[in-house]
Amino acid sequence: MVTNATGCRLHGCATWARSGLAGALARITLRLMIVELGHFALVLAFVVAIVQMTVPMIGAARGWRGWMAVAEPAATAQLLLLAFSFSALTYAFVTSDFSLRLVTLNSHTDKPMLYKVTGVWGNHEGSMLLWCLILALFGALGAWFGGALPERLRARVLAVQASVGVAFLAFLIFTSNPFLRLEVPPFNGQDLNPLLQDPGLAFHPPFLYIGYVGLSMAFSFAVAALIEGRVDAAWGRWVRPWTLLAWVNLTIGIALGSWWAYYELGWGGFWFWDPVENASFMPWLFATALLHSAIVVEKREALKAWTILLAILAFGFSLLGAFIVRSGVLTSVHAFANDPERGVYLLAITGVFMGGALVLFALRSGAMESTGVFRPVSREGALVANNILLAVSCFVVFVGTMWPLIAEMLWGQRLSVGPPFFNAAFTPFFLVIGAILPLGAILPWKRARLARSMSPLWGALVLAIAVGGLAYALTSGRSALAPFGIALGAWVVFGAATELWTRAGRGKIGSKLRRLGNLPRADWGKAVAHGGLGITFIGIAALTAWTVEDIRVAQEGESFDVAGYEVTLVDVQRVQGPNYVSTMAEITLDRDGAEVARLFPEKRVYPVAGMPTTEAAIDNGVFRDLYVVIGDPQENGGWAVRTFIKPYANWIWAGCIIMALGGVLSLSDRRVRVAGSARKPKAPGVPAE
Amino acid sequence: MIRAVLLFLLLALPAQAVEPDEMLADPVLEARADALDDELRCVQCRSEAIGSSNADWARDARLMVRELIAGGATDAEVLDFFVERYGEVVLMRPRAEGANLVLWLAAPAMLLLAGAISITYLRRRSVAAPDDGLTTEEQARLDELLGR
Repeated sequence: MVTNATGCRLHGCATWARSGLAGALARITLRLMIVELGHFALVLAFVVAIVQMTVPMIGAARGWRGWMAVAEPAATAQLLLLAFSFSALTYAFVTSDFSLRLVTLNSHTDKPMLYKVTGVWGNHEGSMLLWCLILALFGALGAWFGGALPERLRARVLAVQASVGVAFLAFLIFTSNPFLRLEVPPFNGQDLNPLLQDPGLAFHPPFLYIGYVGLSMAFSFAVAALIEGRVDAAWGRWVRPWTLLAWVNLTIGIALGSWWAYYELGWGGFWFWDPVENASFMPWLFATALLHSAIVVEKREALKAWTILLAILAFGFSLLGAFIVRSGVLTSVHAFANDPERGVYLLAITGVFMGGALVLFALRSGAMESTGVFRPVSREGALVANNILLAVSCFVVFVGTMWPLIAEMLWGQRLSVGPPFFNAAFTPFFLVIGAILPLGAILPWKRARLARSMSPLWGALVLAIAVGGLAYALTSGRSALAPFGIALGAWVVFGAATELWTRAGRGKIGSKLRRLGNLPRADWGKAVAHGGLGITFIGIAALTAWTVEDIRVAQEGESFDVAGYEVTLVDVQRVQGPNYVSTMAEITLDRDGAEVARLFPEKRVYPVAGMPTTEAAIDNGVFRDLYVVIGDPQENGGWAVRTFIKPYANWIWAGCIIMALGGVLSLSDRRVRVAGSARKPKAPGVPAE
Repeated sequence: MIRAVLLFLLLALPAQAVEPDEMLADPVLEARADALDDELRCVQCRSEAIGSSNADWARDARLMVRELIAGGATDAEVLDFFVERYGEVVLMRPRAEGANLVLWLAAPAMLLLAGAISITYLRRRSVAAPDDGLTTEEQARLDELLGR
């Protein structure tokens, strides 16, 4: 097997010289075989998925156990086949097999190994194969860990999951086959888009896809429940871990994308309300709503129909996102495959699954009898408010994203809907969510008295206002926005801490701490996730209001002052990278005579792709980022230099990661409970959630 | 073909925005121009404001914004200038008039609708809730705790 990069660089020629003709021929044959077997496995997975979609469904309808039992081995087989197929494609990328069209278009022998591997999903076809692989992975996980599920429900869930797989595998094989060959392989490839040759973006798609595709499990559970015509507390308990898993990955994926935009695009923005960003944000909003409403189903047997609807919509918006990104109907800086034919197919997939599920919902949701009763002021009521705010805010994003398309189709008016609209129309919802979150999270189930529930929170509120006041005082009252946002974020963080503290009960500090440690992981997860949201609020408010920006022409050796930092452009040099040429500047930032940071911003040109990129240099700090960018040479021999002081920038992504960590904590608790069947957990002295 | 796509991407690549030689000397006027840069869309690009695009058109537009402001135009007049020449597509924030009212009112209308539906729902749930009755699970749990 050709494993070393030099061996494949000259299409096996080096290997020939080393080990003789016969050995080399054997290697080349093997190389051909692996890729062809990968192609074959893909088609076979499609056939297996068709079986998994039909046989267990019929078995469940007729009560034939043997037929239902087909689902589990089929799900495993589908996963294995797709895993092999994906490995074969990865092998082709790693060995730079330019007889594959996809490898030629997206790879190059000089590309670092990491990006040879990530190049597999840095394009439409490969990313679609990854999408199908993850679909099959979730199906197989459902088969392996779904032991506690009733037989019939499990068969139906797996069949619905397979039907999604069939649709996407057909799409992959018939419109976007990654295994197509070139008749005459070129000597080298055309390289991956340089913007994608970056660690942040390399791992952004897999997380995002696990998120998008993970929501298919919630969808499958919803459709299976509609077919069964029954939703109970157990259903809520089963669907939640899957949603949580998808949500955690979606959160990380979106954060990675936003972080990448911050350091790669060269001016430090973190969110652009671009259609493709919105396409990932809408499923996140619905998944968040679903996580919360599923709790009500599980604990209180209410909001059943609504939760089912959310599960359908959350996955529906994942599909819509795939359509937006891959069809090119909404122009975007991100879109990487603009093909009307693919667009039509994806729209058809979205239409069939959403249409079918919603019709089923209309027919069956009447049967979802909710038994739980509660007063408007209660935990249930607060979760209803949470759901309304999340769903309507998602609706705002949806209307804003689609409006240019609607206006052009219906009355031929060309329009743009950009960040100013979204900032104005979307932000208020999250301000309200932040304001009510700490109180809502602490309200007891069924019925609550506001004054009594609020009493432990007064301290957090006073502290938060004090933090906001401090922020206002420190910045000599430039803008009320940041102090307000920071106070809100602090309120959410302190509120989460207070909730944990109260939950630990009364008594001495020592015993309280012990009980705090013994609280269920789900309680910790909830507080941690909410705290993360507060931290993100603080980061966004501070970054938006307090960024200092300086743009100027500087000569080499020149110093200038930016917000108390002495910035010096030391020199500018040309540097040769592995597959690019770089113009690299050396910039020092001093404060009070002492050097704080020495940074090397670059402007790179990737000759093969014929494309420049800006590599900002950032000195990361807890309270501020120093962010410098080198621009073009000027006529007078100077260089355009941009210096940004970005306060609390990292809090935005740190908050997201903490949110995701909260999800993981909660998940680690749920898993135990799912595995430990439906018996009541041995409750500690303090009520959980 | 792929080269053409990449070139197109390149045009739309958000990079550097305002160049030093474009800026107005007066910081107050420059701040106004900077704010307007985010309100105007670069018509040569995909979905970027002129403030974050390095396309030639965006540069010309930024220079024009500054020229107008230096000439004493108000923010509204600057926006009107661009709308007259390029149509409403240059506005990043669609004007709240005509059909666009649907866009702007969609959220408040939806919120009202959702609020109304949920109030009816909450009422129904609440009417069914006796003030001090326990649910069956709570009763079962209580019995368990009391060892009954």
